[in-house]
Amino acid sequence: MFDAIVIGAGPAGANAAIILSENGLKTALIDEQRDAGGQVWRVKSKSILKAPITEAVEQGDALRDRLKSSNVTAKFNCRVWHIERQENGHWQLSVVGDSEKKLTTKALIIATGAQERVIPVPGWTLPGVFGLAGATALFKEHMMAPMRRTIVAGNGPLLFYVASETLRLGGRVSAVISLNSRMDWLKSLPAMLSNPALIGQGLKWIFTLYKNRIPIYWQHAIKAVEGENTVDGVTICKVDQDWAPVAGTDQYIHGENLCYGQGLMPAVEATRLAGADHHYDEKLGGWVPTIDQWGRTSMSGLYACGDNAGIYGALAAPIRGSLAAEAVCEDAGINLKKRVDSKKLKAAKNFGLAATALTIPRSGLEALITDETEVCRCEGIIRQEIDFEIKTGAQSPNAIKSGTRCGMGPCGGRYCMEAIALITQHRTRKTREEIGLPTARPPLRPVTIDDISDDLDYDDLPIPGVSPL
Amino acid sequence: MTDGNNDHILRSKEISFIFDGVSVTGHDGETVAAALLRGGITHLRNAPNSGTPRGMFCIMGACQECVIEIDGRKVEACRTTISEGLVIRRVPDV
Repeated sequence: MFDAIVIGAGPAGANAAIILSENGLKTALIDEQRDAGGQVWRVKSKSILKAPITEAVEQGDALRDRLKSSNVTAKFNCRVWHIERQENGHWQLSVVGDSEKKLTTKALIIATGAQERVIPVPGWTLPGVFGLAGATALFKEHMMAPMRRTIVAGNGPLLFYVASETLRLGGRVSAVISLNSRMDWLKSLPAMLSNPALIGQGLKWIFTLYKNRIPIYWQHAIKAVEGENTVDGVTICKVDQDWAPVAGTDQYIHGENLCYGQGLMPAVEATRLAGADHHYDEKLGGWVPTIDQWGRTSMSGLYACGDNAGIYGALAAPIRGSLAAEAVCEDAGINLKKRVDSKKLKAAKNFGLAATALTIPRSGLEALITDETEVCRCEGIIRQEIDFEIKTGAQSPNAIKSGTRCGMGPCGGRYCMEAIALITQHRTRKTREEIGLPTARPPLRPVTIDDISDDLDYDDLPIPGVSPL
Repeated sequence: MTDGNNDHILRSKEISFIFDGVSVTGHDGETVAAALLRGGITHLRNAPNSGTPRGMFCIMGACQECVIEIDGRKVEACRTTISEGLVIRRVPDV
């Protein structure tokens, strides 16, 4: 039994765990990666023996060092697949990758970070298409860029990071395709000026692209990814203010990889499965747990911090982790000495909000999802089937799911539910809040029968006696 | 994948493993996904139902597109580390 368990060892969760343990709470930290850092400070692969130190590596290493010298029980390569509330108000986690199958705790902090929004277009399932965030994982963990030519497409700041990092790691970039216009970026600059260092970094990325004469197509979208078994290139088109495709503007661009994504959304499966209240806030990246300013959710003993409680980004994450730790301590009757610098948090949040604003989905995006596009990658459900369900009465993701199997595959609906909501919104004119999300169900990650069954001894099975006849 | 102009990155020794009957080399300790990408192998399986080709997509253990088979178990290529002589099969088309 722990006083506190933190799920997710990124900058928010790991920081929260360290503070809790410094204040005398018996704390465990769980993450599916092999060490702390999350996505933004992702730990390097063991195969990298020596490499130049970057700022992200420095920050990640500092966090990992702090964690190692703390009393936190770190459980890495460990996945939580179920969260249940016990009658006494404690939490029970079902896990794989640990010596125990069940862990219990009085307080539970969820710091599961973000997941990627990827709008389905014809061919987006082809090998050679990677999520934008997926590409960053490749850079950070393996210090590799995709081989041959890479096309980078989508929106937000991640586009320019991925393109310039691909070049830095020796890759080639065919083009950058940005849904955002130059004007979108100009509008977001004042809010971003709260952090001149990051603005400077962003300008450096864009300068690298200009220096390498990489074409940037502003206000353009991927219309289709072309190729038979792998990517050969993409068809792009202009989009209007709402990001709907403009007819007669198609162009073909050659490339063997496509790094593709439309921003980050809070990863709320864990807080939803735990039973906390959520609401939809597009400024925060989508569905978020409803929390107070420290991170207390609607359920006692359950807290949320970091990007899964609203996409404010990596700058704000450690501070939000501190806040959640403060709340846990206070609720446990412990008076915390250090207090969070609220001015610093506000500046960090403003920067994060400005970056997220560039990725808020616009109404035209659904028009990029053609009739034949596979929307649910796992089950191979095409848009036409989803439209048919809606036409014949389905009004919610649950109804569409039961009718088509959309979202029932191994990814758990992570990569199709956003598109389903956009299509439903277009067809029914309902708000995202009205459309809702499908019922949260375990497992949070795919598990094998071995993983979830208790130890079984065949000799223990009760065998009924022989029938009298 | 390319190491391009990254001579300043020092990697572990190369080892070999088997993917779908073919010998592939990778650096000791890296993931199957990284080693396969470096070897130019991206098409890992075909999707059930639609039969369309699939490979690594999210590279962080969420999408399940890169599942491969090791010792009869389905595992994610992006979360599994290579070792000398490791035998990996394609997940059969269903």
